[in-house]
Amino acid sequence: MKLELRKRESISRRAAIVVPLASFGVSLLFGAILLIVSGANPLQTYAAMAGGAFGSVNGLTEVLVKSIPLILTGLGVALAFRMRFWNIGAEGQLTMGAVAAAGVALFWSQGMPAWTILPLSLLAGCIAGAVWAGVPAILKAFLNVDETLTTLMLNYVAVLYSEHLYYVAWRAPNYNSGTERIPEFAWLPRIAGRAHAGIFIGLAIAVLLWAVFRYTRWGFELKIIGANPTAARYLGISIARNIVVTLLVSGAISGLAGAGEVLGLTRRLQQGISVGYGYTAIIIAWMAQLNPLGVVLVAFLMAALAVGGDQIQMRMRLPASVGVVLQGMLLIPMLAGSIFREYSLHVSRARNQESRIENREDTDRQEDDAVDGEAAETGGANGSSRSRGTGGAAGTLRSGGTEGSAGSLRSGGTGGSA
Amino acid sequence: MIDTLALLTSILTITLRAGASLIYGAIGETYTERSGILNLGVEGMMLMGAVTAFATAYYSGSVWLGLLVAMGVGATLAALHAFLTVTMRANQVVSGLSITLFGTGLASFLGERLGPASNNFNLVGMVGPRFSPIEIPGLSEIPVLGAFFKQDLLTYALFLLVPLAWAYLYKTRNGLNLRAVGESPQTADAMGIDVIRTRYRYTIVGGMLVGLGGAHLSLAYAPGWSENITGGRGWIVIALVIFAMWNPARAVLGAVLFGGINAVQFRLQAGGATTIPSAYLNMLPYLVTIAVLIAMTWWEALSHRIGAPAALGTPYTREDK
Repeated sequence: MKLELRKRESISRRAAIVVPLASFGVSLLFGAILLIVSGANPLQTYAAMAGGAFGSVNGLTEVLVKSIPLILTGLGVALAFRMRFWNIGAEGQLTMGAVAAAGVALFWSQGMPAWTILPLSLLAGCIAGAVWAGVPAILKAFLNVDETLTTLMLNYVAVLYSEHLYYVAWRAPNYNSGTERIPEFAWLPRIAGRAHAGIFIGLAIAVLLWAVFRYTRWGFELKIIGANPTAARYLGISIARNIVVTLLVSGAISGLAGAGEVLGLTRRLQQGISVGYGYTAIIIAWMAQLNPLGVVLVAFLMAALAVGGDQIQMRMRLPASVGVVLQGMLLIPMLAGSIFREYSLHVSRARNQESRIENREDTDRQEDDAVDGEAAETGGANGSSRSRGTGGAAGTLRSGGTEGSAGSLRSGGTGGSA
Repeated sequence: MIDTLALLTSILTITLRAGASLIYGAIGETYTERSGILNLGVEGMMLMGAVTAFATAYYSGSVWLGLLVAMGVGATLAALHAFLTVTMRANQVVSGLSITLFGTGLASFLGERLGPASNNFNLVGMVGPRFSPIEIPGLSEIPVLGAFFKQDLLTYALFLLVPLAWAYLYKTRNGLNLRAVGESPQTADAMGIDVIRTRYRYTIVGGMLVGLGGAHLSLAYAPGWSENITGGRGWIVIALVIFAMWNPARAVLGAVLFGGINAVQFRLQAGGATTIPSAYLNMLPYLVTIAVLIAMTWWEALSHRIGAPAALGTPYTREDK
């Protein structure tokens, strides 16, 4: 008997739904093992988590509170990931958004009409987030600097800067880690418990992005760039321009998440603004398969896991990080399962016959390899035995190093410069 | 004059100590990437290595057992990454990120759970066995260069590991095969090299070394466990590999650069003789990483050199020719 993966004719829609659900199950199972090992009853713990998140009005509104920044950063990340630009800097973009919104709300309220402060603060949050994502975008678009590292490094810079502001530069006199409260006219109104109007902004942007991906040229271009940058270039799509524009928008959405936290929730810049939403956003975007409406759903679920984690810390004295572990675990079965979207699993018998056929195919292929393209310069490798092939291939290796095949990517990211 | 020499010696001493974990990580990641696998899980693997090494050493009293466990944990997470990316052909960037997110979460959970009951099961603040610096008599008294001989055992081990790692990659048949797999898996396959096995093997070896790097943090550099003990070192390791152009020997230069920034930062803050807010000093390593990346990318473009293995980041299947 033999297991074999065969490429599907088209991408499986059923797998797109089954795989995330199964991942959630596997993640809970792994969490259960972890809980048993650390001496807790998993069923009780999960029941307490669910009860904490959904069992009361207070719990539900707290889930809503946490889902606002998660929806927004999740959308920002999903937008960038659409074109395979690995923006893992949502955390920093959120933090800078919070900083800028707090700055405007705190220091511009003197000379400006009161009603302008809230929109200006939100706008400032967007701009700060956009700048924070725009720098890596420009570096990627024009110099091809690896974006995973630049976006990530800027997270640390943003968090340190915000700490400097609320511990030192903007610290309120009678407070050790926070600024003055922002004036009431700059508050984002609350709708239920601590949940604020930011949820509507999040939902609106989700619907908007869904429409953009589905109906607009921009959405189409992002998809092509993500799937095949070379084809995109042939189609006359400017990759550099798309990187910069998309990332400005992506950063602005994450910046809005930070602005919402300050204007709607904490009402001052203080410790606890940066708690890792921007990283959870990566899980959310991928679990939702970069679908904006899916992001809303997954973000809500993640918020419930986080609130549930807080609850069991209070009630059962278990670390709140149980929620974080469950979140972190989600992507792993998800990734393992995603192969079934493109491949189907077949079980076949009659091993001998098949493997013989396969072997023959392999030899054919090796000859093909030797003849075509890159192997041309290896000379000796052509049709030769394996041992002689070694020397030839070493030649390719060296020449590959100096010439550098033009399109080679460092991270398999968005593609080269324009 | 003597003061200046003493100052330089002390800065270099701290530089090497701070750079050691980076060198372990960078050699590991270099090997992994040379096989064509990009592993962005370094940060999570380092954290897991650090927490398990410290917990093991704390309970067993043996730092060596701690090292062994950290290597095992690093290897396990790396094997998971290899399984996802090589066998299941998952996206390497997302798989690495998920390893980092998972490792970070699990490490912080373990840190709150593995401690003694007297400390509410928390590991933070516990004191355990460690690798202390060993001064080599005579040699350690040389001005400035003496810094090389005031290190802990794990740092001394690097004096051996770095040249070995370099020679293995460039001077042995196995090293040639490894590079071939990273440059052109099709050619390597045609040569009779098992691409899948090679990728698994060096991803796992890389994971072991990254785990060791984490163990150096919690057993030697900053003995003990604190949440986020790595402070982004795992990411700096990935930048270092680019800086070193996938050459393990050159990674030392990069690690010394970053270790040096740590040392200068430490000196300035300890001396209290600066008016620069500490937040700005703490930003330095991250800003320098960005600057280094820009400079390297620019230089590679100008000199038409590409250091990255050509097949880095792409899954290999025989059908997808």
